[in-house]
Amino acid sequence: MFGLSALDLARIQFAFTISFHIIFPAITIGMASYLAVLELCWLRTKRQVYVDLYHFWLKIFAVTFGMGVVSGIVMAYQIGTNWSYLSEFAGSILGPILSYEVLTAFFLEAGFLGVMLFGWNRVGPALHFAATCAVAIGTLISSTWILAANSWMQTPQGYAIEGGRMVPADWLAIVFNPSFPYRLLHMVIAAYLCTALIVAAGAAWQLLKRRDNPAVRKMLSMALWMILIVAPIQAVVGDFHGLNTLKHQPVKLAAMEGHWENEPGKAVPLLLFGIPDMEEERTKYAVGIPHLGSLILTHTWDGHIPAMKDFPREDRPNSLIVFWSFRLMVGLGLLMIALGVWSLWLRRGGRIFGQRLFLRFVLLMGPAGLVAILAGWTTTEVGRQPWVVYGVLRTADAVSPHGAGTLALSLALFVVAYMFVFGAGTAYVLRLIRKGPQHFEVHKAPEGGPGEGRTPMRPLSAADVQDDDEAGAVPDQLDRHPDMRRGDPGSAHPDDNKPER
Amino acid sequence: MGIDTTVIWAVIIFFAVFMYVLLDGFDLGIGMLFPFTPKKRDRDTMMNTVAPVWDGNETWLVLGGEGLLAAFPVAYAIILSGLYLPLIFMLIGLVFRGVAFEFRFKAKEHERHWWDKAFIGGSVVASFFQGVSLGAFLDGIAVSGRSYAGGPLDWIAPFPLLAGVGVMIAYTLLGATWLVMKTEGELHARMVQVARPFALMLLAAIVIVSIWTPLRDPAVADRWFTFPNIVFLAPVPVLVLVFMTLLLRSLGRKDREPHRLPFVAALALIFLGYSGMAISIWPHIVPPAITIWEAASPPASQGFALVGTLFILPIILMYTAWSYWVFRGKVKADAGYH
Ligand code: HDD
Ligand code: HEM
Ligand code: HEM
Repeated sequence: MFGLSALDLARIQFAFTISFHIIFPAITIGMASYLAVLELCWLRTKRQVYVDLYHFWLKIFAVTFGMGVVSGIVMAYQIGTNWSYLSEFAGSILGPILSYEVLTAFFLEAGFLGVMLFGWNRVGPALHFAATCAVAIGTLISSTWILAANSWMQTPQGYAIEGGRMVPADWLAIVFNPSFPYRLLHMVIAAYLCTALIVAAGAAWQLLKRRDNPAVRKMLSMALWMILIVAPIQAVVGDFHGLNTLKHQPVKLAAMEGHWENEPGKAVPLLLFGIPDMEEERTKYAVGIPHLGSLILTHTWDGHIPAMKDFPREDRPNSLIVFWSFRLMVGLGLLMIALGVWSLWLRRGGRIFGQRLFLRFVLLMGPAGLVAILAGWTTTEVGRQPWVVYGVLRTADAVSPHGAGTLALSLALFVVAYMFVFGAGTAYVLRLIRKGPQHFEVHKAPEGGPGEGRTPMRPLSAADVQDDDEAGAVPDQLDRHPDMRRGDPGSAHPDDNKPER
Repeated sequence: MGIDTTVIWAVIIFFAVFMYVLLDGFDLGIGMLFPFTPKKRDRDTMMNTVAPVWDGNETWLVLGGEGLLAAFPVAYAIILSGLYLPLIFMLIGLVFRGVAFEFRFKAKEHERHWWDKAFIGGSVVASFFQGVSLGAFLDGIAVSGRSYAGGPLDWIAPFPLLAGVGVMIAYTLLGATWLVMKTEGELHARMVQVARPFALMLLAAIVIVSIWTPLRDPAVADRWFTFPNIVFLAPVPVLVLVFMTLLLRSLGRKDREPHRLPFVAALALIFLGYSGMAISIWPHIVPPAITIWEAASPPASQGFALVGTLFILPIILMYTAWSYWVFRGKVKADAGYH
């Protein structure tokens, strides 16, 4: 298959499926917490904007969550289907961690999701809020366990090797491994940033289309505060994360910096540009700031860090990939900080709602969080190669004994299925965002029927996406149209009883 | 020696997979019943009966998988790599059917039929390949040392394919009886009609498997037909007949509309079939070669995970039951549920 070995195909398949998966958790982790905040604000102030926003984002949350679940179930099985030797060798440690994730997080999310999505009229407000919180906490617990597992694979400790496999020796040491706190913090903040950017972009789009209303303003303002505060924190956490990597995975850091060798007396520059070449063992066309590398990484004027050539060839990760994925992430992080600062500047006089150049920038930055997350994971995972369990088990030894043909078939199926399913899902999410927040009738929410007809509280159907281009275009008209408010003409569809095609 | 954590773990995984079969069984069954109910409004009602709970139902499958990895890593490695293709097909089926829950109500009128098809197709593929995987697993997995030693297409054999069809029948019956319980009016009547032939087909499948299994595998025959086991196992076929009669009679009654009884009877039938299989392979976890003790992870792993499981599982069962209770009652076609 195009000269790819079974190992390459297994890796591509895993990278493909997990990269799709992480997009959805990144949104649901942030969005669940955002929804909890909105509901809390609603309960305390009873202001209509909050409940409108809650129900608006709840729909988007529902679709994203669904995609997160189905792509996640694939992941739970990929570890065994693609990395059977890893499962056998390290399963005694990874298995219990992942089981705890299922027990403490997935069931919690799933158990309360139904009430969160469909229970608005079935349980009291306090209980409904509790359900929202349970889901939000579930996503955070889930992140904690899965990142404990991944961090342990990056910086393993607390194990012994007996009878040809890893056995746990100290569970505390395993879970609280050296890179875990940094990775957990960095990832959760990334998810929050990612959601804030999407929310802000949704609002910016409405404002650019001149659909101005209190709900849109509220969501833009909330999101921009979040970005302003959190983006700089992310950079600081990232810096600490990098120092931790320097200590535990020095060759990964050298690859990220395209740093091949130390010359006595010469400080490490910070490269802004360059093409690391694995064959020639140097970074071509390097453009850098002298001394800055030493300063950031060693906190001295000309300190040295380990360089790529200090490690045997077969232990070096691909510097070209991680050099650039790292720069992409950091570059986007700096843009986020700039966005936050700009928004602060424009706040005086409420110009954040009117400056079109600024709003266009906000819109453009909408997907930046997702891109940064994928770039960050690429840095982390490619930088860990050639190891799966760092320093203990090589990726090449972890793979299942499948033929290339089998793997090519399944990879092709995944690619086709994911493109179709998640492509459509993305289109639906964008459609919903385009529609904008609608008026939600809190007390009179009618007992609807099935389907998208008369069930406004059913978030999956609440949005009548049919004519979204007209709907919402004229918000005040919406308010006069009692039926349109619920996003549906209210009457049964004429073809309700027509057989399906 | 006190308690054997390996045995407890085998029971937990048995339980998790059983919960999965029961709960996701009726979800998947609903997908396979869509072709019998072409009206949009009926399909909407059917979807709405499971929309609040399907995610939780599927989580049992994840628990089965991760529990297996924690307690029996060798079995996880061999079974998942050995049944590679059927499992991948199943997962892709689950992807299509899972997103259909959300997308169907989001799609424009002229797009919806795609998601109805995705829901039907995904449910069929997932159910069939779950059955194929089960059949191939019972048929025996080729092992050398601690790795899978068979080919990628070993599952293409009569028994796994039959098992695939059997599981489809069982899930469809579960789905139909679930809808008998959760709906009313025309849809309810339709489901009563549909449930009967599927009950009979399930009976046929149980009979075929019960005859075929001991013929295929003398060890099973030994286990089933020797004294004293036969005394303990004799009630199983009797109970199957009892529940089948109950099921068919309650579906056929003219004086009273069937409600919960068909669903409960279907659950009981599936429980009996499922336990029958477990008894046949005990104490193997990768039949015919590897026993639960040979596949077990070290006590430090099993013990660590067990403490949490025994403590948390009852809590999970409680709030899951609560969530079903919140959405209790019939789902009305017109006024309703969510
Ligand atoms: C930082 C967070 C994070 C990361 C790195 C991963 N996941 Fe995930 N996963 C979640 C955060 C999450 C979540 C927020 O908890 C999700 C997303 C949407 C959802 O339903 O729950 C989820 C869903 C989800 C589900 C479905 C749960 C259910 O049935 O409700 C499974 C089985 C997995 N994941 C498994 C995995 C595996 C095996 C991963 C790695 C190889 C993985 N996830 C990476
Ligand atoms: C969710 C965010 C994650 C993303 C985006 C991600 C991304 C990737 C990528 C791109 C690779 C391929 C690297 C390469 O082959 O060069 C990879 C490999 C791998 N990752 Fe991750 N990863 C994530 C989380 C995890 C987690 C949580 C685990 C385990 C608990 C994990 C386990 C693995 C394994 C086993 C490999 C196989 C080695 C390989 O393919 O080379 N990953 N990941
Ligand atoms: C702005 C300055 C930033 C710095 C200095 C920084 C630093 C780092 C470093 C050093 C790593 C690699 C960790 C390893 O060795 O494995 C990393 C990984 C990662 N970064 Fe960043 N980062 C920054 C911004 C961001 C932003 C804005 C996002 C997303 C919104 C992000 C998301 C991630 C993710 C998801 C990973 C992989 C998971 C992990 O290892 O934590 N980062 N980051």
